[in-house]
Amino acid sequence: MDKFTVLTGLVAPLDRANVDTDQIIPKEHLKSIKRTGFANALFAAWRHDPEFVLNQPRYRGATILLARKNFGCGSSREHAPWALVDYGFRCVVAPSFADIFYNNCFKNGLLPVVLSEAEVDRLFHDCAAFPGFKLVVNLEQQGVSTADGSKSMRFEVNAFRKYCLLNGLDDIGLTLRHAGKIREFEARRKAQYPWYF
Amino acid sequence: MGKTLYDKLWDSHLVHVEDDGTALIYIDRHLVHEVTSPQAYEGLKLAGRKPWRVDSVVATADHNTPTERWEEGMAGVRDPFAKLQIETLDANMREYGAKVYFPFLDKRQGIVHVIGPEQGATLPGMTVVCGDSHTSTHGAFACLAHGIGTSEVEHVLATQCLITRKMKNMRVAVDGPLGRGMTAKDVILAIIGRIGTAGGTGHAIEFAGSTIRALSMEGRMTVCNMAIEAGARAGMVAVDDTTLAYVKGRPFAPAGAEWERAAACWRGLTSDPDAKFDREVKLDARAIKPHVTWGTSPEMVVAVDEAVPDPEREKDAMRREGMERALIYMGLEPRTRMTDIRLDKVFIGSCTNSRIEDLRLAAAVVKGRRLASNIRQALVVPGSGLVKAQAEREGLDRVFRDAGFEWREPGCSMCLGMNEDRVGPGERCASTSNRNFEGRQGEGARTHLVSPAMAAAAAIAGHFVDVREWR
Repeated sequence: MDKFTVLTGLVAPLDRANVDTDQIIPKEHLKSIKRTGFANALFAAWRHDPEFVLNQPRYRGATILLARKNFGCGSSREHAPWALVDYGFRCVVAPSFADIFYNNCFKNGLLPVVLSEAEVDRLFHDCAAFPGFKLVVNLEQQGVSTADGSKSMRFEVNAFRKYCLLNGLDDIGLTLRHAGKIREFEARRKAQYPWYF
Repeated sequence: MGKTLYDKLWDSHLVHVEDDGTALIYIDRHLVHEVTSPQAYEGLKLAGRKPWRVDSVVATADHNTPTERWEEGMAGVRDPFAKLQIETLDANMREYGAKVYFPFLDKRQGIVHVIGPEQGATLPGMTVVCGDSHTSTHGAFACLAHGIGTSEVEHVLATQCLITRKMKNMRVAVDGPLGRGMTAKDVILAIIGRIGTAGGTGHAIEFAGSTIRALSMEGRMTVCNMAIEAGARAGMVAVDDTTLAYVKGRPFAPAGAEWERAAACWRGLTSDPDAKFDREVKLDARAIKPHVTWGTSPEMVVAVDEAVPDPEREKDAMRREGMERALIYMGLEPRTRMTDIRLDKVFIGSCTNSRIEDLRLAAAVVKGRRLASNIRQALVVPGSGLVKAQAEREGLDRVFRDAGFEWREPGCSMCLGMNEDRVGPGERCASTSNRNFEGRQGEGARTHLVSPAMAAAAAIAGHFVDVREWR
């Protein structure tokens, strides 16, 4: 997994609430046995519309997606973050995320940032007002600021996830450090509740 | 202080906790299907790792399998990409193994959330995961069950654990008797209508109250299935006699003396009377009417005797825009009576409503009648090969066929349209599935979520009707 430290990137605004995983990647595009190659499938149905945000030249090359509440609701398909990452996004900023999607982002070097409704509102305004609007996302400091430093906001992130993302660490390797504990737990459970085995 | 059911399930699976609350929990049952597993097995192989415990795995192909032409075998799978996913699962099962694998064309194949309980592979007190968000279904058995992403599928394969954090406790209590024709589907749609699609985010929901207690296991599965549509990764129901009666005698359930011991343990899988919930919601079952969604999110739902809402009456600007966008997509005018909405297709199936009880309810409505002339296609897709066989023994297939329905082979089918069972652009479908998102059943498809009885009645009438008045 790629490390995430500091990202300075162009912001693309997606002004809709409850964007679900069927919109992020429609199921026609799930038929691959690989983790890559989903860039063209991202928001596939909406991209037929020439006015759609990703079709506007001013947002070409965006690496930060600005979104509304409950982003990523619906399916557990990891193809959703895969498609966002494949397209070039490294960060999604929204007032709230659906649980499974939020979790899946961290496994793929994609940072989901939760800011308040008011902060997100202001960013939508700035995005519309200033062509080429960029943000600087600093994971170590848990901060989001405008490129000129005039505004800065703080976000929360769980310490373990932050550590893994900052260092690009593989979860499985980290968990296997506890292999002994897992084996002990399993042996105890098997003795006590053999019907689960 | 007392513990909730979720607290008990959490505590009994805790392997390790970090200082910041990040925990490792042990996974008892890992359900695997063809769409979200190939990348996980590939990752395992690339890293030179072996599965930790293959006998925790129960696998089947369900998402993209065709529901006709089974007599042609694999040649009946026309889509080369679907075929590749099915064959990849076959190959991974051959290489790594599982407790049991029901491949495409097997008599016991079916939707993963139908066959787990049916086989007794889902047992009370288990942690159950699957690369599918409707894994919450298994919470009906007092399991901690939720969907995971493919990276987590690989993680569980490699370590038998999941890295997670404890959720908050929420209780949704539904009390009172349900009216005539009301089903578990109407109960869960009413709950989602009340709390919204993000209402349960960050929470594990326990469904409780006399109405839930009175539901069959099939009904409880329908309710827990859609917990994710209320934003909660996990939904659950405490163990009672209904739970034990369902599990007893299933192929993978314990038997004899071991059954007695297990059943005694499972009796404790309830919330303590003094347990504290972070959030509680109460619903009166007597007020629940047949529900129909009108928009592109499950929370956009009304009772069948109501009308499509008017966005102009919505004060919140963000919500108003969402409603307007949904109405354009759905091709509906505000204030249209729900019973005036005419349909093109009907789908009875999915992990929400494809069990024997669902098919019986729908068949009772259909019996002796014919599809309305405007219905272009009506599908009945049983949840598993065993459900299909049972329905055929009861003659339900004849009831549906005689009415003009197509009686298909089991699978996920038109719920998500990954195979060729789709709703066309602009077509309107009454569906017993779980999601009415834009494009869910096919690009441009317009989905209305309803109960099996409501879908069946709509197929006969050609438009939505109040099933309470069905004679």
